[in-house]
Amino acid sequence: MNELANFLPTVLSRSGLTVPSALIPVLAMFLCASIMAAFMGLSAAVLVWAERKLAGHFQCRLGPVYVGGKFGWLQSIADGIKLLLKEDIIPDQADRPLFRLAPYPVVIGVLLAFIAVPFSEKLMVTDFNIGVFFILAVLTVEVFGVILAGWASNNKWALLGAMRAAVQMVSYEIPMGLAILPVVVMAQSLSLKTIVAAQSGGALHWFVFQPPFFMAVSFLIFFIAGLASLKRAPFDLPEAESELTAGFHTEYSGMRFSFFFMAEYAGMLLVSAVASALYLGGWHGILPGQESVWWFLAKTGFLIFVMIWIRWTLPRLRIDQIVYVGWKVLTPFVLACVVGQSLWATLR
Amino acid sequence: MNSPGVTIDRDVKTDELVINMGPQHPSTHGVLRVILKTDGEICLDAQPEIGYLHRCAEKIAENLVYGQFVPYTDRMDYVSGMGCNLGYCLAVEQIAGIQAPLRAEYLRIIVTELNRIASHLLAFGTYGIDTGAITPFLYGFREREMILDLLEMLCGARLTYSYIRIGGVDGDVPPGFIDKLREFIDIFPGKIREYNKLLTFNHIFMKRTTGIGVLSPETAIAYGVTGPNLRGSGVRRDVRRDEPYSVYPKLEFDVPVGTTQHGGPLGDAWNRYYIRMKELEESTKILKQCVEQMPQGPIMAEKVGRVKPPAKTEGYMRSENARGELGFYVVSDGTMQPVRVKVRAPSFSNISVLPEIVRGQMLADVVAIIGSLDIVLGEIDR
Repeated sequence: MNELANFLPTVLSRSGLTVPSALIPVLAMFLCASIMAAFMGLSAAVLVWAERKLAGHFQCRLGPVYVGGKFGWLQSIADGIKLLLKEDIIPDQADRPLFRLAPYPVVIGVLLAFIAVPFSEKLMVTDFNIGVFFILAVLTVEVFGVILAGWASNNKWALLGAMRAAVQMVSYEIPMGLAILPVVVMAQSLSLKTIVAAQSGGALHWFVFQPPFFMAVSFLIFFIAGLASLKRAPFDLPEAESELTAGFHTEYSGMRFSFFFMAEYAGMLLVSAVASALYLGGWHGILPGQESVWWFLAKTGFLIFVMIWIRWTLPRLRIDQIVYVGWKVLTPFVLACVVGQSLWATLR
Repeated sequence: MNSPGVTIDRDVKTDELVINMGPQHPSTHGVLRVILKTDGEICLDAQPEIGYLHRCAEKIAENLVYGQFVPYTDRMDYVSGMGCNLGYCLAVEQIAGIQAPLRAEYLRIIVTELNRIASHLLAFGTYGIDTGAITPFLYGFREREMILDLLEMLCGARLTYSYIRIGGVDGDVPPGFIDKLREFIDIFPGKIREYNKLLTFNHIFMKRTTGIGVLSPETAIAYGVTGPNLRGSGVRRDVRRDEPYSVYPKLEFDVPVGTTQHGGPLGDAWNRYYIRMKELEESTKILKQCVEQMPQGPIMAEKVGRVKPPAKTEGYMRSENARGELGFYVVSDGTMQPVRVKVRAPSFSNISVLPEIVRGQMLADVVAIIGSLDIVLGEIDR
């Protein structure tokens, strides 16, 4: 963003516009924000299409084929238009202000987190020195929206969904946060840019392949906990359709519903992006010297594919099993990884 | 889960929440309404409320001639309509003294077993959805589609067949039917292995269904539970074997019962589900034998015409439908219309056991238990 702020005056003067210098950073902020928002919206649309298409092929069918030519690639645009035009229904006995408010924290949490994602060495909004920490912190905002939505809907199923979301969040935030620590110990930094830069020099330097493989285990834990925090299958209890009809967003319709929907897909992108930055070498290619934003996107895309694959294969866990896995399986393992990696780093 | 005998004194008491599950709910398998009393995620009580699909089928029967009631039986257990057709026709044939020709009997068994497979595939698929796996449903439907195509070749209908008539069947097989059937019998065992790999032995699925909704053999018998649900509790009871009708005496098949080999008790949800998967194999065996043994000949008994059983005769015929023991009780007064038709629907008894086995389970288990009972509301309400 700072580079953009430095670059902007040149562009503006060339095009003959005069902008007061005090406004330049503000303008840069707006530009970045709109680029990120557009990127998020677009990628959510692409991901929805990809998921439907992939799910179709996993299930021996074709998925969308009609809208937009051969592969139905305009399907999510059509869906978006449909959702925009739909009536925005608020139940009679709902808590109206809270009901209206609830979708926003969900989207804002995910949107904010994108600020710290390093797409390539140059292409990132800003490089926080506490980038990883920031992402985890703002992602937590999402659950407020979910609980609000469940509470404000005045629907028992929605309330149950919200309670499940709260339980799940409490159980999985901790392993997810702890899973990052081995990487931080290794890279000696919380900045995502520094972490990725420390993995340069080919696939063998990616943190996931570093002996003694504490980081490989924590990568798995991060990915699983990430799935849980996104409420993706097999951890989709808060919106388990066969149990709670649609869980916390049962009563939402139209654009408000699509906010939850969009946040889920943007969240998938975010968790995959963070995972590939932390463990899979970010923008570094398989061979030494390869550096490109496309590597980053390819790795992120692969992780998203795995998420979709898991969703269309596995049954759902039960709430007590979710809590069991979170506290009694993932947390001890990740603690062992943290201790092990720290000892390794001190002894070496 | 609390072990029996251990009571927990709670300092903080939570409110019980009464939740209305259904009649419009994704996993009540129709218009079933269950009134749940829950404490958080734990279900304290569940009372099924039925009657949303009542169509007075039994009363209608009293105003129709015998043959005209066959289409109504399709709409009872609409997932395996052939079995209902067969049960009714056998009951009427019993009191009217009609004997269907051998080829017709073989055709009847072929279509009912095909329909049983289709029904169990639907049960398999929806059970996957109930536990959160969506893909098995589509896998099951892939093969169910083949069966529906076969039945469509035979009688033009894909769901409500009315193919089995009093005294025989509606028509002989069209050309190419037997070849397509053979093809299906050949590929199907491989598909069953695929289902088992995808869902049956999936770790999460087994964890979700093992040990929940345990139905003891005594309770099952006390409530009149039949079919795969009873066999899942370890009771080897199958009308096809115990009181064989039609050509079942000539056919060899096993009656699978529940096991404890999966690490859970007898009669849990996994057992009930697994019995259906085993029955897919058994039905394929039956189909194979039928195709080999089926003789040439007529498909309709002679001079059936107007069915007019003698006055003051009554008969009860039980048959094994996909969901259990389906009984038809028909009373005649010598006219062309029955005085009374009473249906003993297996799903009705099967759902009545729900409150017994649901208590103390988690909310998600309620869905898994209802799914494992594999009810069809059309049959419960009639």
